[in-house]
Amino acid sequence: MRDRILAFLVLLPSLVLVGIFVYGFIGQTLWVSLTDWGKNPAQALALRPELRFVGLENYRELFTGFVDVRFRQSVVNLVFFTLFFMAGSLGLGLLLALALDQRPKGEGFFRTVFLFPMALSFVVTGTIWRWLLQPQGGVNVLPTLVGLPPLPFPWLTTREQVLVFDWNRLPFYTALLVGLVLLLVAYGAWRGGERRRLFWSLLSGGVLLLWAFTLGSRVQLLPYPEPHGFSLALIGVILAAVWQMSGYTMALYLAGLRGIPVEVLEAARVDGAGSWQLYRYVIFPLLAPITLSAMIVLGHIALKIFDLIFAMAGLDYAPTDVPAIYMYLLAFRGNQFAKGAAIGLLLLLLVALVVVPYLASQLRKEVRR
Amino acid sequence: MRKWLWVLGMALGLSALAQTGKLEIFSWWAGDEGPALEALIRLYKQKYPGVEVINATVTGGAGVNAKAVLKTRMLGGDPPDTFQVHAGQELIGTWVVANRMEDLTGLFRQEGWLQAFPKGLIDLLSYKGGIWSVPVNIHRSNVMWYIPAKLREWGVTPPRTWAEFLATCEALKRKGLQAPLALGENWTQQHLWESVALAMLGAEGWNNLWTGKLKFTDPKAVAVWETFGKVLDCANKDAAGLSWQQAVDRVVQGQAAFNIMGDWAAGYMATTLKLRPGTDFAWAPSPGTQGVFMMLSDSFGLPKGAKNRQNALNWLRLVGSKEGQDTFNPLKGSIAARLDSDPAKYNAYGQAAMKDWKSNRIVGSLVHGAVAPESFMSQFGTVMEIYLQSRNAKAAANAAQAIADQVGLGR
Repeated sequence: MRDRILAFLVLLPSLVLVGIFVYGFIGQTLWVSLTDWGKNPAQALALRPELRFVGLENYRELFTGFVDVRFRQSVVNLVFFTLFFMAGSLGLGLLLALALDQRPKGEGFFRTVFLFPMALSFVVTGTIWRWLLQPQGGVNVLPTLVGLPPLPFPWLTTREQVLVFDWNRLPFYTALLVGLVLLLVAYGAWRGGERRRLFWSLLSGGVLLLWAFTLGSRVQLLPYPEPHGFSLALIGVILAAVWQMSGYTMALYLAGLRGIPVEVLEAARVDGAGSWQLYRYVIFPLLAPITLSAMIVLGHIALKIFDLIFAMAGLDYAPTDVPAIYMYLLAFRGNQFAKGAAIGLLLLLLVALVVVPYLASQLRKEVRR
Repeated sequence: MRKWLWVLGMALGLSALAQTGKLEIFSWWAGDEGPALEALIRLYKQKYPGVEVINATVTGGAGVNAKAVLKTRMLGGDPPDTFQVHAGQELIGTWVVANRMEDLTGLFRQEGWLQAFPKGLIDLLSYKGGIWSVPVNIHRSNVMWYIPAKLREWGVTPPRTWAEFLATCEALKRKGLQAPLALGENWTQQHLWESVALAMLGAEGWNNLWTGKLKFTDPKAVAVWETFGKVLDCANKDAAGLSWQQAVDRVVQGQAAFNIMGDWAAGYMATTLKLRPGTDFAWAPSPGTQGVFMMLSDSFGLPKGAKNRQNALNWLRLVGSKEGQDTFNPLKGSIAARLDSDPAKYNAYGQAAMKDWKSNRIVGSLVHGAVAPESFMSQFGTVMEIYLQSRNAKAAANAAQAIADQVGLGR
């Protein structure tokens, strides 16, 4: 009993601090996001601003309001950035790890070289890559070294977009995507013979798809079409981010590869597995948990990205905008504190979406032990 | 009696204190604009040797970064003793309406500044019976820069209207000049827009836009965006990656013929690049704006709760004085806000601008904070992005009007 009280007392200060400075401030941000702080310039920066409760008005404006078109583009940018950044870092990291796992000459040297970018901050990386990606220098003049004409691609300054879709179709696409994922889950449940899981996933997936193709395709968020897509200007940013983080995934994968017991590999060889089969059925499945943890880390970095884009393209350039930058612009330049808080909360939700399931599964594992 | 003695003691104590302590000056003058500020600080140190001056500069063109830092400090209860701010609505619509600034009317009376500055400028600094900042300089926004030798080589003359400009642009493109107009990052694009808008709407229409008498959705205002689009077709495609200095460099190096920029470009070319004004480089009012001086002014204000108030007041006195302004402005490439400043101290460009300052019709700049509050300005950047992405004049006009309604422009 005394031990317990002592333990509680030792923990108390950090509990209080975390309670105030993490959860208290999350609560305050939530409250601010539900007010009109910033709508009235006389109140925005007053010593004691009077705030009025406006409910979800700020969120509604962000997704369907007239002037917040930039927020919507920034969300689309964030989704594409996260996808390509994670795919790029994982893919390149795995390739590098597989190459180093062959124990080439100078392995330690290469390992250091590949890991080195991680020691830099995103601001430094961004500045270097901004120089490299100048329209009339850096990467674009590389071909001239071997006598070819310089590349004409305006890396960070293009306004071109691909995969353009109408924002009004967003509910449709979301329902379609989630529905298809649920059907996939149902398929897995059917193969695994879990009948309850099959029933529920089939039912909810079916309902979603039905909604998508009937009502969902007729929802109008805005009174006019608003095209958004993947900005090609982001390619340069993705390149820099992948360059920075693929060393980290390489290190993770290399540790994973070295951790696979030799006996397992030898057993597989004895059973007659070729080298592709060895990778496909033995090594990659064993690396799956590493991929998951790498995805969690990369995912939350991608969702919070700010400094890299700040350094590479600046704050004002919409084609490389992400929600964190738009939040900064709204709150600290436009004095729209409530709307900024709303974006902050949406980002928190996004990160939670990535991190919480992971934490939950880890916790369950520990409880099981 | 004792109370009286106490006041006397305080006053004596204050005047003694005024010679010592610290003074923190917050500004965004770094790089090419740094020497002008340093000269002013040197002058201050000569007068008040005991005061330790802290030069808190946050870099970034037009103060984009500095304003955010300032906001954090002010909200955090740590205001600098005095800070640089664009005179007009940028200060008034942000800090004065929030009751965070001290009224400087007394200082203006004491120093005789009500006569020294033109009335139009005093009006711009005033709000609800107070005067809120001390202007140190005047810049002109609507200027077109070019290299006379290059224009002769290409066989063109500086255009006087935007229609003429577009014709000149076509002629230059035929001669193989890809982008006759040099353009830089986001805010310089807005800067170009205000020159186009002033030409299309006239001084009267421009002012009406900011008092709410002319809607952004008015056909005349929508037409501004259409002309702006045609002008953009004459500009470089990599604008987003260039600073304003790099855009000026393109003109100097002959990669472009014209650049529309405020007259800090004169300071950059004369001081940094060592070009002679009037011969090596030349200027004209931006097309269609002859006889109109679109002004902006850097000024210093006194936030409530400044830790070294007396030192800050001395700084403001220096900033508004003839000596201070004539020390600062020739180096900065701007002109004095005072009407009695000495033309001999300025270069050819400065002297020409001083003549225009006294004779032209004066209007305020949008991008540099004179006519619209910060809440409008920052979202106008979004309007610009909407236009650049969609090239839809109507959509941009609608968005601009929506923001104007939201922030209560002209109310």
